[in-house]
Amino acid sequence: MPVLKNINELEAVREKARAHKKDRENNKLSIILGMGTCGIAAGANEVAAAVREELDKFDLEAEIIHVGCIGMCHNEPLLDIQQPGGARITYTKVTPALVGKIFEKHLIKGEYSKRWIFGQIPGANGEIVEGLPTYDELPFYGKQVRIALRNCGLIDPENIEDYLASGGYGGLAKALFKMSPDDVIEEVKDSGLRGRGGAGFLTGLKWEFCRKAKGYPKYVICNADEGDPGAFMDRSVLEGDPHALLEGMIIAAYAIGAPEGYIYCRAEYPLAIERLKIAIRQAYEMGLMGKNILGSDFSFDLKIKEGAGAFVCGEETALIASIEGKRGEPRPRPPYPAVAGLWGKPTNVNNVKSYAITSQILTKGADWFSEIGTDKSPGTAVFALTGKIKNTGLIEVPMGISLREIIYDIGGGIPDKKEFKAVQTGGPLGGCLPVEALDTPVDFDSLTAAGATMGSGGMIVVDQETCMVEFARYFLTFASAESCGKCVPCRLGGQRLLEVLTRITSGDGTLEDLDEIERISKYMREGSLCALGQLTPGPVMASLRFFRAEYEAHVTEKFCEAGVCAGMFTYEIDADRCTGCGLCMKACPTKAIIGEKKVVHVIDQSQCIQCGACYDVCNLGAVLVKRKHELPVIEAAQGEGVI
Amino acid sequence: MGKVNLIIDGKEIQAEQGDTILQAARRHNHYIPILCDHPALPPEGACRICLVEIEGQRALHPSCTYPVTEGMVVETNTERVRAARKFNLELLISDHPLDCMTCEATGNCLLQDLAYEYEVKEDVFHGTRHHFSVNDPNPFIQVDRNKCILCRRCVRACREINGVEAISVFYRGFNAYIGFGADSSMDNSPCEFCGSCVEVCPTGALWPKLSLGQGRSWEVEKVQTTCPYCGVGCQLVLEVKDNKIIKVDSAWEGPSNHGWTCVKGRFGYDFIQHADRLDKPRVRKYLLDGKQKPAASKRDHEKEGNPWQWVEVDWEVALGITAEKMNQTRDTYGADSMGFLTSAKCLNEENYLMNKLTRQVIGTNSIDHCARL
Repeated sequence: MPVLKNINELEAVREKARAHKKDRENNKLSIILGMGTCGIAAGANEVAAAVREELDKFDLEAEIIHVGCIGMCHNEPLLDIQQPGGARITYTKVTPALVGKIFEKHLIKGEYSKRWIFGQIPGANGEIVEGLPTYDELPFYGKQVRIALRNCGLIDPENIEDYLASGGYGGLAKALFKMSPDDVIEEVKDSGLRGRGGAGFLTGLKWEFCRKAKGYPKYVICNADEGDPGAFMDRSVLEGDPHALLEGMIIAAYAIGAPEGYIYCRAEYPLAIERLKIAIRQAYEMGLMGKNILGSDFSFDLKIKEGAGAFVCGEETALIASIEGKRGEPRPRPPYPAVAGLWGKPTNVNNVKSYAITSQILTKGADWFSEIGTDKSPGTAVFALTGKIKNTGLIEVPMGISLREIIYDIGGGIPDKKEFKAVQTGGPLGGCLPVEALDTPVDFDSLTAAGATMGSGGMIVVDQETCMVEFARYFLTFASAESCGKCVPCRLGGQRLLEVLTRITSGDGTLEDLDEIERISKYMREGSLCALGQLTPGPVMASLRFFRAEYEAHVTEKFCEAGVCAGMFTYEIDADRCTGCGLCMKACPTKAIIGEKKVVHVIDQSQCIQCGACYDVCNLGAVLVKRKHELPVIEAAQGEGVI
Repeated sequence: MGKVNLIIDGKEIQAEQGDTILQAARRHNHYIPILCDHPALPPEGACRICLVEIEGQRALHPSCTYPVTEGMVVETNTERVRAARKFNLELLISDHPLDCMTCEATGNCLLQDLAYEYEVKEDVFHGTRHHFSVNDPNPFIQVDRNKCILCRRCVRACREINGVEAISVFYRGFNAYIGFGADSSMDNSPCEFCGSCVEVCPTGALWPKLSLGQGRSWEVEKVQTTCPYCGVGCQLVLEVKDNKIIKVDSAWEGPSNHGWTCVKGRFGYDFIQHADRLDKPRVRKYLLDGKQKPAASKRDHEKEGNPWQWVEVDWEVALGITAEKMNQTRDTYGADSMGFLTSAKCLNEENYLMNKLTRQVIGTNSIDHCARL
């Protein structure tokens, strides 16, 4: 690739890339494989090998394109076929054995098997296959608006040409040659973009603080230390569209006046780091990074710093300490990093998505962005949908959409005919919301007002089988283990709070413990040094607020209605639903179930160990979770366990 | 530096630009309790005892790190602030032994003082406690992590005062503890035993082994003195009980050492009361008798009447014999047969006199000084 010396050369390269892409779409067969970490974990490497093998077998010539995650993690591995001048058709849950069959049907016979096909993306000239749904017609994608994820799953993240063809680095060119740094800051301020790391601080304002701060050099840092359990938004951007981040960072650096930047990415994201390295190298080679970017006066260098796995390093001052080679732990603010950050110099820290969105704001303008979403939370929100939901994956929705739409329309609702119980947003430092809150609009302020937080994008759905006390305890275990140990309320308060929760889930809780939870939580929030300590009680407080009855049942009746907390419930077979199929009898490891074929079964409580095997195998929902004292005592059962 | 006007607890005060709230308060003798701060160390913001309310701020902030701004209104002793402090003290006490009656630091322990002030009498949480063994094998400092409140004063003292960084925090959250080197014992770490960590420890977690069981802080008389070891002239504060030194503290105002000492100044005082210490001069019996060096072995020199026996004499006799022998040697073998070595323990004046003695009285230039080595 040539070093680009001005904007015209950039546009020339872009035109070439577009022509190349058009030529490929019009004249070549493309096989597109989802090669994000989710795809690879589901077996995409094996599918890729099978693709090469089958192409040889059918004597077909095709361009194999590796893309990042398109969001449908529940359907991986994905294989898309785009025939010359045709639509891109997506096959889901592809196995190596299936590849040959797909090729034979699709490429040889020209048949489209609806059994395997998810949908289609129209071709370059709008070509579609009749009878197959387009992505926009499918609920999973229909309600999405993809800005941060605009290219994820659509372009080859290791090929800068693809990014350029999609309009990439256009925002940077515009900023460098048509706008002053102050103009850029005004544009970002006008867009109303709020930081996507979770706190929702106005990005443009943050940049302005840093620009106005005295000190040189200044730094821009990307916080890619995504550590929430069940969250993978940033990883997907890094793996699927790394140049979007780089472009945003260079724009930020130009606006602030920073000659240097760091991407702080956790080492547990090897593929993301690999692709970032490739992207950075490409950007340097093309003169999009380094000295005199695109021939301008602006120079910028970017390095990757790999984090060693501490969750707290997602806190900006801890992250900065870690880059400096110190123990990764936060320090009190003020001074804020915008004034005294890395090496004591003015530093701007933003999340991956914030930067990825910025490059689009510069390309398309502040007005375009602020029209999406709500007044106070413009734009989109990216969520990693996980838990008890049909369509787990990565989505990007306009702010203001309701939780219900996300969970039921996009997410497809709760699997296995189970009931929705709660949704946790904001990760282990967020909060859960109950069914009554399903119509809450998703934006920074509404979620906070409802009792949860926006966070950086984790969304975990749970059904009736989740004990909310245990659920809160799980997050608390995580957060207290990840406390850096620096300040007293977090180091010791987290431990004490966890002990109270553990007492409750193990049946030793009292009503006073519920007051104790509130007391500890209050002071942890008030006195902790950083957001980790302040928000550690979040999940506990939210679940206590919305599921207080469940907490009370745990402490007063020693009953866990979800059937999770050991020793605090028992199983009973509902005589009306049981058909006497014998499945539960076979599954029971202690032979505690008494019965005959086609005769209602009964559980001998003296033998039952509450392992849940019967509950899991029963297809009829006949195994019920009951309070211990509600059960009739089966006296005759003693000694007659085996029939 | 400009001045900043602010109001602390209803009182208008003036602070220096760049002050923290705590520094401003201290300038005006306004008390804000704190554990992790030490005037000789940079602020940490870890203990959360110095939390204050700042008008216009939702959360409580640590006064030790929060910079003053013009017109700021600070409340340091409201119900809300006191409740937050008490909670933090309760947490600390929930993982701290309640053995004040036998603890070395009693009477000189900030945690004890604050527990008293905030009426924290017992562990209200009844949760898990740490049980560290107190067995660091180094010869000078007892390390009792059970009493450590992780204020990190020692970490900062090692880094900022001695510049060694032998102490750091290991692990995270509730499992965090203070450790040395690569999580080893103190004597297996880069530690130089300057004792700065002991000096700044607000509890009994770090204590000089020499001082264990020697006395309480209220029983001692504090005497400031100059360290006798070398010529730097470090100031020390001796804790003296019954005319016996039981501990050495830092003299923070010492012009040459600002509170720092080396291992010798801090811990090298046990010779003072040592049974083997000579407090009068001694000479060999044969010298006292005016005889020649005997051919007999020194083996039985402790026996009465042996010519090698050490005999206690007064200074006049001892110096007389020394002078006589020196004269004899110079006269017999010449001045250059003799050499003189002086010590950094001596004062400048004493070293000057030694120089005079060597060059002018004896007549040789062979004089050296241990500090040159």
